[in-house]
Amino acid sequence: MSESSPFWTAMFYLGVVLIVVIAVYPFYYAIVTSFETGTALFTPSLWPENFSWTNYVAVFTGRNFLRSVANSVLVAGVTVVASLFFAVTASYALARVRFRGRGPLLMMILGVSMFPQIAVLSGLYELVNWLGIYNTPVALMLSYTIFTLPFTVWVLTTFMRDLPVEIEEAAIVDGASPWVIITQVFLPLLWPALVTTGLLAFIGAWNEFLFALTFTVSETQRTVPVAIALLSGASQQEIPWGPIMAASVVVTVPLIVLVLIFQRKIVAGLTAGGVKG
Amino acid sequence: MTTTVAAAPRGDVGQDRSLQAQRARAAFWFLAPMLVMLILVAAWPLFRSISFSFTDATADTIFNGQSEWVGFANYLEMRVRDSGEVRWRGVLVDPDWWNAVWNTVRFAFVSVAFETVLGLLVALVLNAEFKGRGIVRAAILIPWAIPTIVSARMWGWMLNDQFGVINYMLQGMGIIDQPIAWTARPDTAMIAVLIVDIWKTTPFMALLILAGLQMIPRDMYEAARLDGVHPVRVFFKVTLPLLRPALLVAVIFRILDALRIFDLIYVLTPRSEGTVTMSVLSYLQLQQFGDYGEGSAQSTLLFLIITLFVTLYIWLGRVDLSGDRS
Amino acid sequence: MANIQLKNVTKSYGAVTVIKGVDLDIRRGEFMVFVGPSGCGKSTLLRLIAGLENITTGDLFFDGQRVNNVVPSERGIAMVFQSYALYPHMKVYDNMAFGMKLAGANPEERDTRVRKAAKMLQIDHLLDRLPKQLSGGQRQRVAIGRAITRDPKVFLFDEPLSNLDAALRVATRLEIARLHHDMNSVTMIYVTHDQVEAMTLADRICVLRDGRVEQVGTPTELYERPNSTFVATFIGSPKMNLIDGALAAPHGAATVGIRSEHMDVMPEGQGLWTGRVIHSEDLGSDNYLFVDIGSAEPVIVRQPGKAVIADGATVSLSPRPGMLHRFNAEGRPIQPALAAE
Repeated sequence: MSESSPFWTAMFYLGVVLIVVIAVYPFYYAIVTSFETGTALFTPSLWPENFSWTNYVAVFTGRNFLRSVANSVLVAGVTVVASLFFAVTASYALARVRFRGRGPLLMMILGVSMFPQIAVLSGLYELVNWLGIYNTPVALMLSYTIFTLPFTVWVLTTFMRDLPVEIEEAAIVDGASPWVIITQVFLPLLWPALVTTGLLAFIGAWNEFLFALTFTVSETQRTVPVAIALLSGASQQEIPWGPIMAASVVVTVPLIVLVLIFQRKIVAGLTAGGVKG
Repeated sequence: MTTTVAAAPRGDVGQDRSLQAQRARAAFWFLAPMLVMLILVAAWPLFRSISFSFTDATADTIFNGQSEWVGFANYLEMRVRDSGEVRWRGVLVDPDWWNAVWNTVRFAFVSVAFETVLGLLVALVLNAEFKGRGIVRAAILIPWAIPTIVSARMWGWMLNDQFGVINYMLQGMGIIDQPIAWTARPDTAMIAVLIVDIWKTTPFMALLILAGLQMIPRDMYEAARLDGVHPVRVFFKVTLPLLRPALLVAVIFRILDALRIFDLIYVLTPRSEGTVTMSVLSYLQLQQFGDYGEGSAQSTLLFLIITLFVTLYIWLGRVDLSGDRS
Repeated sequence: MANIQLKNVTKSYGAVTVIKGVDLDIRRGEFMVFVGPSGCGKSTLLRLIAGLENITTGDLFFDGQRVNNVVPSERGIAMVFQSYALYPHMKVYDNMAFGMKLAGANPEERDTRVRKAAKMLQIDHLLDRLPKQLSGGQRQRVAIGRAITRDPKVFLFDEPLSNLDAALRVATRLEIARLHHDMNSVTMIYVTHDQVEAMTLADRICVLRDGRVEQVGTPTELYERPNSTFVATFIGSPKMNLIDGALAAPHGAATVGIRSEHMDVMPEGQGLWTGRVIHSEDLGSDNYLFVDIGSAEPVIVRQPGKAVIADGATVSLSPRPGMLHRFNAEGRPIQPALAAE
């Protein structure tokens, strides 16, 4: 776009402004709403009419909201750490060792990440009950691996492939076994990729809804998405929009902060998985 | 140091201690745990789900083993009544199912089309160098970062028929004179869902496409400029063809996600027949009606549709996904 | 100090055979250079000796022991890579000590050997730096130092000077020669495409072409008695002039060869061949005349000092006695070389 005419430049910046406004406004509006109570809620405005923390108080003192945040953190954290551990060694094998059937194996792993979750739901439901972990965080940690594991393997394999061959060969000549190569030579070079991949997987696990909805039944076991989806008011008909917005903001702001801090790495990770891979 | 030549025949007995053999053995042990996990949480449950679809299992009988094999009855079954009347039943003749299929396909194609075009535009904007580019990039990450459920709630609020700000603005601008119950009416529910999904996902597409754009060497543009080629022609003749691999990958990932969609619809337009997709229908069948036979049949059909789609896409587009050829 | 034997070694990648039956003996303590055009398989051969690739058929012996299935770290070798291949996240000291650490050597011994090698290569002041803080030449020395600390029986060099600029290349070449001399003549195998490096460093050179050994011998042997036209034109710069057809027939050969430094320029009519000078190159110390004597390509003649003969002049060329090489139709030498007449 190298048109230097003022008209096109103005149009360009108009487009930029439009993009930014559309992207940010909904969340901004949610924040505004979260600070409003009573009738002010029901008249749309650009700024909170009567600034109040009521909704936030309701959320934090409300039943089990903080508990669901803790559940989400626990489940997402454990899932990601476990997946990364399995994925680091698996991706080394897939990226650096030549063996028969490697291509098809990679395809199969990619294929698993394409499963519709609903297609394994009844089978997992049976498995979770059989293992006796229904309505516990462990059920979620287990079932989330169906998407975190293929994802982390896929992205880490791409990063592993990019590591220089000669460094590995130098390590081989020095007497390093594959395990030593991974832990002492590659891991220090890979840890930015691990952070990125872990972060992306964490966000995916944090946002997961279907399994969390199906495998937990009591309020104390819920994760954040389920808690927000099921947040109900005093009566059947009344939807507590104020507290819902407050809860949404509480849950989203840390995510947004994380994403903004790591945005370069995240973009690199997304595109490594999507484009280069 | 031996002085005799130890010319052992090829095909030594004992373990091959060569480097390649050692690495292949290590690779096996590195892959095994991951494969075991995948079999446990993916292959086995999938197998079980598919098996359920051939039984008359319900939420109660899946645990007490009293469900019976019914073959393809859940899919398609012909029954002859005493009166001689022939009745077909099963998922494949269920109008609700086909409605769900139609909704899903409609949703997938419209959303991905918009997301690709809009994503392309946003990517082109981000590819240009201008002050404030960082802010724009940060801004578009926000819709992507917000959990789907939260987006659903947020937009549900904005699209609210009585108090929603969207109706407020549209009325204010004179585009409509009565507020629209976006999520309740069957004809507008899909539009609501599309709006939210496009809002959420365009950034992701934009980022993928941007990565593809940035891989195009700048020399191409300079050469075109030297030749005096109009920017629009450059776009269609140079940029787009070079972008094709990245676009293909991005589009297929998005279509797959779109075909599977559940969260957004379940939370934003829960009881609307205008938006119920295959995933949602299957879920309702399983969890709310407890019909594991029919629900599993539906989820299996969805699985088959997706597998078919992926195979077709890869075969037709010859998309190189594993990087082996690059 | 090892001697290495390759017996009928081949290497194939699927249907493509890259090394096609190599027999070679490398003597204990010698500096052997593998040289040849790109794609001839010299690097592959080095990697087979290192153990980084598996031998498809044939045998490899180190001191009489068959090592086909032995991993690289157990063969008593050390390798210096073209791109140095230093561990980027480790300091120079740790880079050099890594191999010993893995082998379980105690800290004192590690320290002694690292410092000794560092001193030998004059990099002891760099031990605490990271590779990215070093220049190309320094990195190469660290790479060599890392190889030294392994105390190997065989050093393998894979085009180690290719990434250095010209001046540095000459200096490092000298260092490597000195190293070979200082280290009680450890066996060194060196791969390069640069025949100047080969001629100056080698005790013996192995010329490879298309996966096969063309000739093995000392630099002098290869220079004076090449056993094929390929070796004749590969060794020596500028290339040996090859003349075939009608001009070669009087000497009873399909092709005759004469090096540019083995001819004298005579006034017209007083030499074996006559032709017009079509081009000249003046390098300051010598000059080269390109003379068209009616053969397929112009003949290059070296003359000391500045050029005194102008382009377009007609001259005669006189090969020096005993310097005319004769080759048959297959490119093999016919003995003996004739005196010029």
